[in-house]
Amino acid sequence: MILGASTFVEGVDNAFMLILGISFFFLIGITLTIILFIYRYNEKRNPKATPVKDSVTLEVTWTVIPIILVLGMFYYGYVGWIPMKRPPSEGVMVTANARMWSFNFRYENGRVSDKLYVPKDTAVIVNLNALDVLHSFYIPAFRIKEDMVPGLANNRSWFEATKVGSYTIFCAEYCGLQHSYMLSEVVVMEQEDFWNWYNDPDAMVEEIPEDANLALLGRQLVQAKGCVACHSLDGSNLVGPSFAGRFGETITVITGGQEREIEYNEEYITRSIYEPDADISVGFRPGQMLSYEGEITEQEIELIVEFMKSLSEE
Amino acid sequence: MSESTTSSKHVSFLEYKGKYKGLLGWIFSTDHKRVGLLYLYTMLVFFSIAATLGLLMKLQMLAPGHTLMGPQTYNAMFTVHGIIMIFVIVVPGLPAVFGNFFLPLMIGAKDVAFPRLNLASWWIYVIGILVVLSSQFIGGWPDTGWTFYAPYSFQTPVNIVPALVGATIMGFSSILTGINFIVTIHRMRAPGMTWFKMPLFPWTLYATAWIQVLATPVIGITLLLTLMERLLGVGIFDPRLGGDPILYQHLFWIYSHPAVYIMILPGMGVISEIIPVFSRKSIYGYKAIVLSSLAIAFVGYFVWGHHMFTSGMSGRALYAFSFLTFLVAIPSAIKVFNWVSTMHKGSLLLQTPFYWAVSFIFVFMIGGLTGLVLGSLATNVHVHDTYFVVAHFHFIVFGGTGYSFMAAIHYWFPKMFGRMYDRSWANIGWVTFFAGFLSLYTPMFVLGLQGMPRRYYDYLPEFHAWHIFSTLGSILMIAGAAIVIINLVRSSRHGQKTSEKNPWGGKTLEWQADTPPTLENWEEVPTVTQKPYEYK
Ligand code: HEC
Ligand SMILES: [Cu+2]
Ligand SMILES: [Cu+2]
Repeated sequence: MILGASTFVEGVDNAFMLILGISFFFLIGITLTIILFIYRYNEKRNPKATPVKDSVTLEVTWTVIPIILVLGMFYYGYVGWIPMKRPPSEGVMVTANARMWSFNFRYENGRVSDKLYVPKDTAVIVNLNALDVLHSFYIPAFRIKEDMVPGLANNRSWFEATKVGSYTIFCAEYCGLQHSYMLSEVVVMEQEDFWNWYNDPDAMVEEIPEDANLALLGRQLVQAKGCVACHSLDGSNLVGPSFAGRFGETITVITGGQEREIEYNEEYITRSIYEPDADISVGFRPGQMLSYEGEITEQEIELIVEFMKSLSEE
Repeated sequence: MSESTTSSKHVSFLEYKGKYKGLLGWIFSTDHKRVGLLYLYTMLVFFSIAATLGLLMKLQMLAPGHTLMGPQTYNAMFTVHGIIMIFVIVVPGLPAVFGNFFLPLMIGAKDVAFPRLNLASWWIYVIGILVVLSSQFIGGWPDTGWTFYAPYSFQTPVNIVPALVGATIMGFSSILTGINFIVTIHRMRAPGMTWFKMPLFPWTLYATAWIQVLATPVIGITLLLTLMERLLGVGIFDPRLGGDPILYQHLFWIYSHPAVYIMILPGMGVISEIIPVFSRKSIYGYKAIVLSSLAIAFVGYFVWGHHMFTSGMSGRALYAFSFLTFLVAIPSAIKVFNWVSTMHKGSLLLQTPFYWAVSFIFVFMIGGLTGLVLGSLATNVHVHDTYFVVAHFHFIVFGGTGYSFMAAIHYWFPKMFGRMYDRSWANIGWVTFFAGFLSLYTPMFVLGLQGMPRRYYDYLPEFHAWHIFSTLGSILMIAGAAIVIINLVRSSRHGQKTSEKNPWGGKTLEWQADTPPTLENWEEVPTVTQKPYEYK
């Protein structure tokens, strides 16, 4: 099996081994029997068939034995699975929000991250939310998967990681155009490292050094937040208009059913991020982009604006 | 329109002249054999299209990144591939082609119970297909996957209405065929053919017909509700309107799981015909096979939840579904044991139909055994919605229906066309196809275990090696399919003529009819005195 890094791995892999083991046994056994029969009883070797009477004993045997075996498989499957359904009451609480086509994770102290940072050997309880359509929270290394259903409250998953490292999070439920790019990472840290990260006051109010390249930070931001799934940086239109070559232009939008001209400036960008459906760029559909109110700060918007400016200057 | 007035008794169904000539004589013919062939040709065309889409997708997956097409095209391709393969090919599949052609012949009837309804079913089916295809011109190909899951199906920018309407229309065709077969089997068996003297293919058609009649309306209702929601804004499945997306999945799988048995049961029936004939032996455990078919049809209704183990529904429901799923595996296992035992001490005729039948057993075992991995809760969570599932259902659905379809056509071909195909090309085609099939789908099990989700247009580099393997397999498989199809199509026109009634030495009634059969099959309806497959 593939690499495993959570407490569920053992139970799940045992079930895999049992089922795959029995399956291989039967597959190989029956296949060899067929080959043997083809060799032994082909027309040339055995020109005359011998009638065989049905045997009730035999038929009962090959009904009962598989029943016993599948009951065993059912049991192992159940045992490996039941802990996933019983999250402990104590642990690190995280809310995972999925939207087309990115994840973000919000911790109890208000810290928000695009990657899921977790401590080793500690239960992590993840509340699963979807903002638009179905997504699925899948971490192969932890053997967990649970759909993220819009409108479904109290849908949770949990795990306890056993190895430090980072592992891919996939969206496993088809969710449209960029489904295959809806990936993130879970980063398992030593407990001490995690709590340092968690309580790091600097992380909350990100201090931007004076000599920082703001446009570069903006670029990293739109990539981390998943904006680039819908907005290209090269001028081509995806689900939404490209970020390139727009800043400073006068564009046409539809506001409340009326077309109007508007300048593409900081104010417009801010409104587009917090209330995407207020002005709809001509040629695009409302309802695709969801508001980032509470997820992207005004300070971060400034970085995005710097970045867009730089795209127009090139 | 009764065509029998103008046809003389010994003219084959391929040649007689009815009220209409040429093509019209086919598309307006109520003869069950012509209707069967109409389905066959329609499926041939659409199978070629959908298989080409499949090949293009595999080529795109040859390397990560944007190689051949963009994500929108890819997503539309797997959707259209799925819709065509499921609704146009495998669901109607064997019943529509071989059921129509051979059910009356095998039970000694002159036609199905309602010949006009039968022709109407084909028309409805074609109209359904055309409606689906019209989506290209009104709003673009659907991109939701063949499952149309809510709420994405309400938010996608493309127009999925034609696909939904078309699928619903095809459902009616399926229901009508089902009713027709049930009545035919109840009312039109030849004198002396009691229920337990009926061959096994008709038995599986019977079990299938009940599923078609009872389960198909559910999908009809579901698709109609989706239409109401999409067009009128009634909130049923979309949470934005107060609906429940999990409800959609329940309704969808209440039909679509039994539909898997619509696809596979007739295939099992075909294999149960071929194995005894090519073993020169009576089928082992006739009653067990009959009863297990009925059991599958019945228990199959109660396991749909195994498609939803990670959907967010309640835990208690889940283990009930898991338990029932394991039980439904038993009747299939019994059938495999019966087939293999039938070969024991037989005198095996190693010919193309037998090769297809034996390879059916092999791929069906793989499909079934990996189904156990999916039925078990712990393992399902890991492999659900990954390539493991894709591999599993291609083994079961394509392996099951496809191999039995190929077995059936190589078995009944001389009877249907009065010609024989080229046997060595048929065998070369089989080997190529079989090798390609295994190398195409087996790597997908590994990819799934490694965690590669399905419906991914692009993938991480760590999955690359197995994708290359799989793509090469797909090329080989398509080559094999091409050899088989070209050989059959060519032989249906130029193959060696034969009027031999019983080339394989079968014991069922269809082998007593003329080759090819005449308009109403029999001058005198045969009387049945013994069980099917009575080899002495
Ligand atoms: C699911 C796809 C999607 C995602 C993700 C997304 N957007 Fe959008 N965005 C759109 C669409 C569609 C429009 C055009 C319709 C509208 O104005 O709402 C749009 C419009 C905009 C506009 C106005 C652009 C113009 O040219 O008129 C800005 C600015 C914008 N988005 C910024 C962002 C930022 C910043 C992010 C990431 C934090 C983001 N978007 C994430 C789909 C998306
Ligand atoms: Cu997704
Ligand atoms: Cu199922």
